[in-house]
Amino acid sequence: MPSILVVDDEKVVQESLRRWFGDYGYEVEVATDGKEALARLVERSFDIMLADIRMPGMDGLELLDRVKEGAPTTVVIIMTGYATVDYAVRALKRGAWDFVKKPFDPDDLSRLVEKALEHRGLVAENIQLKQSLAEVSDFGDIVGESSGIKKTLELVRTVASTDSTVLILGESGTGKELIARAVHAASPRRYMPIVPVSCGALPDSLMESELFGHEKGAFTGAQYRRKGKLELADGGTLFLDEIGEISKKTQVDLLRVLEDHTFTRLGGQQSIHTDFRVIAATHRNLEEMVREGTFRQDLFYRLNVVTIPVPPLREREGDVPLLAMHFLRCLSNQMSRRFEEIEPEAMRRLCAHQWPGNVRELENALERALVVGVPPVILAKDLPLTAPGSAGVAPPPGATSLASMEKLHIQRVLDEHGGNVSRAARELEIDRVTLYNKIKKYDLKRG
Amino acid sequence: MPRLLLSPLSALDRGLIPAVAEGIEAVLPLTVELATLPVDPEEVWDEERGQYHSTPLLDLLVKTAGPGEGDRILGVTEGDLFIPILTFVFGEAQVGGPGAVFSLARLRPTFYGLPPDPSLLIERAVKEALHEVGHTFGLVHCRNPDCAMRASTNAGEVDLKRATLCSECARLVG
Repeated sequence: MPSILVVDDEKVVQESLRRWFGDYGYEVEVATDGKEALARLVERSFDIMLADIRMPGMDGLELLDRVKEGAPTTVVIIMTGYATVDYAVRALKRGAWDFVKKPFDPDDLSRLVEKALEHRGLVAENIQLKQSLAEVSDFGDIVGESSGIKKTLELVRTVASTDSTVLILGESGTGKELIARAVHAASPRRYMPIVPVSCGALPDSLMESELFGHEKGAFTGAQYRRKGKLELADGGTLFLDEIGEISKKTQVDLLRVLEDHTFTRLGGQQSIHTDFRVIAATHRNLEEMVREGTFRQDLFYRLNVVTIPVPPLREREGDVPLLAMHFLRCLSNQMSRRFEEIEPEAMRRLCAHQWPGNVRELENALERALVVGVPPVILAKDLPLTAPGSAGVAPPPGATSLASMEKLHIQRVLDEHGGNVSRAARELEIDRVTLYNKIKKYDLKRG
Repeated sequence: MPRLLLSPLSALDRGLIPAVAEGIEAVLPLTVELATLPVDPEEVWDEERGQYHSTPLLDLLVKTAGPGEGDRILGVTEGDLFIPILTFVFGEAQVGGPGAVFSLARLRPTFYGLPPDPSLLIERAVKEALHEVGHTFGLVHCRNPDCAMRASTNAGEVDLKRATLCSECARLVG
């Protein structure tokens, strides 16, 4: 039930407003002067304070200053007579939410109070989200209080103090690298580097050099000796991102290194021993890849000592508002755009979206909104999302059967990869033979 | 069944009192009785504002009627009502108490420069009567746009609601 504190030295005003707001079912208390109002505000909080500008002793402006200091969430509306409009303007400049001239038109008063309550709701929500952020962001940049992410963070805490190999599993964009960095940051190795390797980004030949380093003259262009990531990670953590993408050959090389942490640089003779902890991550189902023969079973066992699953954003109930406010704050600072709030409709849309691209997609959506929006409030129209219920995932006309949907989807993925079957098969998470069969079956074009 | 003493405080339009009585009896658990109380609105006339102060008028009504246990009193006046902090009120009631009063002045289309419309006036009067007497049952303003307990701060809003209570308010009345 909304609560209102009426501050006026005239008894008749107090009683009129007490009755008027009482009819709305609001909790109404009255105070005769500023001193009494402050005493009431010490006892309890109020959503709205409606204060006369001219009162004996402490006037409305002084009361406003005190309330802004002591009860900043209370929305202050100043009441004024016709002769004191200049005072009211000063009050607005000093932080009053609005002012009304006595006597009020019932229509104006009713709308003003409704709007003030809506504003109060936004302020309260903003404060609550900020508090939640402060409570949950003690683990670096991992924001959230859903049971899913809490379980993940519990696992992070548990394994961080050990030296066990960790395998992080989760869809693209769920923040696997953040989890890896959190494990490293909470581990005894935190004062040494964490060295990430993007396994999916490099071809075999470069991957070897990237991991093991090379001696001068090891190959054309190797003008200097260069340390590989395994050496750079000495004393710290080696983070193998997208481990499911590495070739059979690199799998063999890695397995050997993970067994005894000893290797030689390309073109070198000397065995090098380094001390690093391994954290690997993938969005793929490695067990299935083992069954299909595309991932070595022994390497899988070597990596799969402790598994940390990272839930997709759509399963992290209640985290979208926290993450959205977190990104709003971070991106506002980075981009020097003074955004402070997300309007309720925009937040509803954010919460309703399924986020197939997970936290990364949410961050990108917020970044886009900060670019196109006007500070200080992100509006629904600033977000690159379709309204809930729109047909974003509806099949195209004429394509309602499973087979026709499959045909269209495979053709689209093939087109996206310029007809490259290996890459398309990888994205479709099927093997190449299956893809060739589907191409033949549906008579698809390869670029 | 408890009574509602319906008291015209000035000469009213033909047909208005029976319509209000029927409207109330159809919705609220009350038997309406017509009462002619010796209450003179001129006692609460405010010369400066050119309006009648509804709060003392309400007190005067209740004091004069002295309603019995469970009984209520509803005054109907032609005079334009106000409370000091507002430019006008359609009516006023004691939430959970016996008294209610409402004015026809701003319910008349002629107040807004429109031609007279007796049936619209009666419709509005029934809704306002239900609204004010609803307060005496302890009802506060309702968010349901159809409910008679919805707050109305202009005549258009009176027209939008219906001369009945929503299920929740009806449940509270019992």
